[in-house]
Amino acid sequence: MSFLQIDHVTKFFSNPSGEGQVCIFRDVTIKIEKGEFVTCIGHSGCGKSTLLNIIAGLETPTEGGIILNGREASGPGLDRMVVFQNFALMPWMTVFQNIELAVRSAYPDWSHDEVATHVHKYIALVGLKGAENKRPAALSGGMKQRVGLARAFSIEPKVLLLDEPFAQIDALTRGVIQEELIQMWNNSRNTVFMVTHDVDEAILLSDRILLMTNGPEARIAEMVHVSIARPRSRETIIEHPHYYKIRNHIIHFLVRHAKHGSSDGMGPEVLTNGDPVVVDFEGDSLVAH
Amino acid sequence: MNGTMTPEVTRTARGEASLRPIVHRVLEKWSASARRLATGWRGNQRAQTGRGGATQSQGNPWYIACFVLVVFLLSWHFFTLRSTFDQRGLSDEQLQMMEFNGDIVRGADGSYAWNPEKEKVKGIPGPLAVLEKASEELAEAFVKKGTNDHGIAYLVLYTVSRFAGGFLAASVIAIMLGVILGLNKVLFRAANPFIQIMKPISPLAWMPLLLYTVKDPKWTAVLVVFMAAIWPTLATTAFGVSSLRKEYLHVAAIVQLSWFERLFKVILPGAAPTIVNGLRISFGSALVAVVPAEMLLGELGVGYLSWIEWNNLDIAGVIFAILVVGVVGVILDAGFNKLAGFVTYQE
Repeated sequence: MSFLQIDHVTKFFSNPSGEGQVCIFRDVTIKIEKGEFVTCIGHSGCGKSTLLNIIAGLETPTEGGIILNGREASGPGLDRMVVFQNFALMPWMTVFQNIELAVRSAYPDWSHDEVATHVHKYIALVGLKGAENKRPAALSGGMKQRVGLARAFSIEPKVLLLDEPFAQIDALTRGVIQEELIQMWNNSRNTVFMVTHDVDEAILLSDRILLMTNGPEARIAEMVHVSIARPRSRETIIEHPHYYKIRNHIIHFLVRHAKHGSSDGMGPEVLTNGDPVVVDFEGDSLVAH
Repeated sequence: MNGTMTPEVTRTARGEASLRPIVHRVLEKWSASARRLATGWRGNQRAQTGRGGATQSQGNPWYIACFVLVVFLLSWHFFTLRSTFDQRGLSDEQLQMMEFNGDIVRGADGSYAWNPEKEKVKGIPGPLAVLEKASEELAEAFVKKGTNDHGIAYLVLYTVSRFAGGFLAASVIAIMLGVILGLNKVLFRAANPFIQIMKPISPLAWMPLLLYTVKDPKWTAVLVVFMAAIWPTLATTAFGVSSLRKEYLHVAAIVQLSWFERLFKVILPGAAPTIVNGLRISFGSALVAVVPAEMLLGELGVGYLSWIEWNNLDIAGVIFAILVVGVVGVILDAGFNKLAGFVTYQE
């Protein structure tokens, strides 16, 4: 059994315009191994953030469930920490207090000094030494998300859930923080599930990329293996022969699905049994199984 | 039909035309100073924040404020000034009659002057009369002359404690209820019609019912303040908590905060700026309610002072009481703002 299993999850929302319900996605099953970095890409509104919230326990699935380490995980918990798109730092707390809040809850037995040492360690890890007593309003977007990452890593969760973590950060800073994320993840090797729009980001960070069709009734259509050896960096990864093939494949998929409901009869992703198509390299070319 | 008169004609007919140019000039001066005051104030604020580059208007707002005050006091003085008694053209018989009526008094040197006692209830007293009354009252600030004649310091103390009791009790209850309503959308919707009905009712409208129920004017006055203070805080707290960003609650849920920590570390601080806005509205309406409540209930306090002076036909005393209410309000408000500064944050 996989470490984290999203098991036949279906989500309905009640229709905002009136009667009836809308199916966001149906019967989604994803198996993630321990220490794996899996990314989900899809157009806006396909339900990928909802899927992430269901894993986090912040939303309940209509059907199905989440199995983590052999147990059903229902409701939010310290074992599945989220890094939010809009940072979700408490603006009335300093950087230190924001992280401390999480650390104190995660390690209730620790003394005051132990907590402080731990918090300072993670603040230093994201390069925010000296900003401990600043409030989020005094930080740039990039710095805010560094605090968000420090808070998430500091409680050493089993699963890290990244919800478009760099979407609100300017392109130059984004690249820097992505590499910082790689560094931190190399040391901790948490299991990561990320949701993003950014194809380059997904290839840089992930072991596997899940491609989601548009909603309603979205599903995971393809699963692309990123066959580029780690350690990766932004500079070297674009030299890799597989990089542009993977990138083009994903972009083709996204363009094909840009038009609403236009996936019918196009491409290899349409299968009858609902399991995603596995896309991987055989020799030098990408092949769908 | 040519009988319609324009307003100007009407006023001229009443013989007030001669006053108009003077009033006009004073008002003009006033509004000009007010405009200068306002721009000076803004300019000062901009200078304090240190942003926005060069300040557009110069000048110290305090000078302008002092100037306005001096203009106001002088015009008050001159408008209320009465000419000294002129006995020329009056026969001895007429003078004796006037003295007999108490309109005038004879001095030691045999000359007549207006009776100062009667002057007090003629027209509006000038600033000097009010100043005299104020110094009298302040000199006896800590004196209790009788059951209903306590010094001004006691009156202020009674009013402030009455106000504080009602306001604090209302705030605590309103915030607690508001948090409950804010966290539960269904309850909020169920309770909202009641809040909306209760909110616009003047707190004084409750007074007879409250007096009948608690049968004690002391507690009625506190309850009137309570009624004035509870609804705005309740409504804004519920709104502030319900519009708290979902992510904050998500973080609290993920890191498994206890309900106590969730309330005091996330919900209340997060909604604090909105709650403070509600408290500010409550504060104002409670302060407005406490004065007439004292008047109507006859409870000793600064509001009662104004009424008592009116009953004594001491208009200078009434003006003094009004000023005391203003000063007490300003001091309480300054204290409130200081407290509010601690809990607000920047997004």
